[in-house]
Amino acid sequence: MKRRGALFWLQLGFTLFVCAFLIVPVFLSMMAGLTVNYLTGIESGLTLRWVGEVWSGYRDTIFLSMGIALACLAGTLVLGIPAAYALAKRPTAMTRAIEELLVMPVAVPGLATALALIVTYGAAGGFRTSWTFILTGHILFTLPFMVRSVLAVLNAIDLNTLEEGAASLGAGFTQRFFHVVLPNCRTGILAGSLMVVTLSMGEFNMTWLLHTPLTKTLPVGLADAYASLRLEVGSAYTLIFFLMIMPLLLALQAMTRHVR
Amino acid sequence: MRHETPRLILLLLPAGIFFTAFFLLPLSRLFAIGGSGADGFAAYAAIVTDRNYFASLLSTLALAAATTAATLVISGISGVFLQRSRFPGNAILVAMLTFPLAFPGVVIGFMVIMLAGRQGLIGEIALRLTGEKIVFAYSMAGLFMGYVYFSVPRTILTVMAAAEKLDPKLEEAARSLGASTWQVVRDVIIPGLKPAFISAGAICFATAVGAFGTAFTLATRINVLPMVIYTEFTLQANIATAAALSFVLGAVTWVVLAAARTAAGSSVAAAG
Repeated sequence: MKRRGALFWLQLGFTLFVCAFLIVPVFLSMMAGLTVNYLTGIESGLTLRWVGEVWSGYRDTIFLSMGIALACLAGTLVLGIPAAYALAKRPTAMTRAIEELLVMPVAVPGLATALALIVTYGAAGGFRTSWTFILTGHILFTLPFMVRSVLAVLNAIDLNTLEEGAASLGAGFTQRFFHVVLPNCRTGILAGSLMVVTLSMGEFNMTWLLHTPLTKTLPVGLADAYASLRLEVGSAYTLIFFLMIMPLLLALQAMTRHVR
Repeated sequence: MRHETPRLILLLLPAGIFFTAFFLLPLSRLFAIGGSGADGFAAYAAIVTDRNYFASLLSTLALAAATTAATLVISGISGVFLQRSRFPGNAILVAMLTFPLAFPGVVIGFMVIMLAGRQGLIGEIALRLTGEKIVFAYSMAGLFMGYVYFSVPRTILTVMAAAEKLDPKLEEAARSLGASTWQVVRDVIIPGLKPAFISAGAICFATAVGAFGTAFTLATRINVLPMVIYTEFTLQANIATAAALSFVLGAVTWVVLAAARTAAGSSVAAAG
């Protein structure tokens, strides 16, 4: 093993510092959510009281967020996969322009998109007050991630040869789509799905304007709790959020490692 | 296979209809409403003519520029280091640095409060060391910290991916020709990573310009454009101004990202 120079230790120290900057507050907040009194410190004892308070007060936001995330996933799968397929089959200037357009909701701030939705559909009472209004915003925002992710895989494989092979054996379009195309882009679909669910669970920029008192999602509830409740309750709520997205994040990390 | 064109159009149609009905149409409506106030379409000029709006535009852009610069320096140093140096624990560090990747803005605001808020760690440490408590979470400095927190994980990933493709032979050649470490960094590594820096930097910039959650958690009084829009819309019920400002905000971020995409030639998109 070669000797490490001063530069190595300097860089390592810097990187450790950055790590601490990112991870220490996560631990602090997890701890705060389980401590009787954060100001006194851990000596005041551990408790599940705050988690319990969050559960009784904000349970609905957790279920609503899960429901919206799954509906959003279904929506992006149904809209996104066929679109990605069509875009991959015809790589022309036209389809590139369409792809460019589809990605716009990610570039335009959620605040602007939400305002646009409100001024257009805000008067449609039943729609405005239902959870599907939030869902619409989430699908807009996450659809590009699904399309991009599936498109990347479709562009990497030799789609035409695969399809021609199947067609020459007598497979119709439906058969080819479900038995050749879909199985071949499953890694893209999986990566896209993880991304969609994670983003939908955490979306706040749009949701804050789209929500109503009866349709509060988890991040909206979090903002509520941060603003009006004691630090321990906010922390306990954050802890629940971490526990919910942790599996998704770990899966995403594993996938990016796999792809790299 | 010419005959399959109708089928492809049919497959594209659901996404197209959804997108037109819920994005293109609303955005054009937003544009029209932005010009429906007392001042008509002059409202779109208000962002530069109105002193208050112009001040928030400038502070927003300054904040975004500072965030981008800090994030690129931090991620450049750590990203190249983690890609180049193999040592035990490397993978754990990478996992930790990219863990906050999908934290939403509100949660990041809370992380800043944990560090620099009234009961924060930095304040406690400063109190023990100097006898004075430092609290800066609820200001522009806190917002800056939050945006750096948000941007570092994704930028490190981009830098690492780009550094992996960088040919180490170039550095060896430069070194064997007598270049110092600093010269290698300046003349070989930074130019090699430039596309990654441009695309990641554009995302940092666009996020810092358009994000809302972090500022919302920290304080509603921070004078950045998204907060101004929010206040105009909810508290003043000044929908025309809010529409005009948010349309301009959207245009700014979109142009930044599109310019970066042209410059870097890769896919660039903001998030969060």
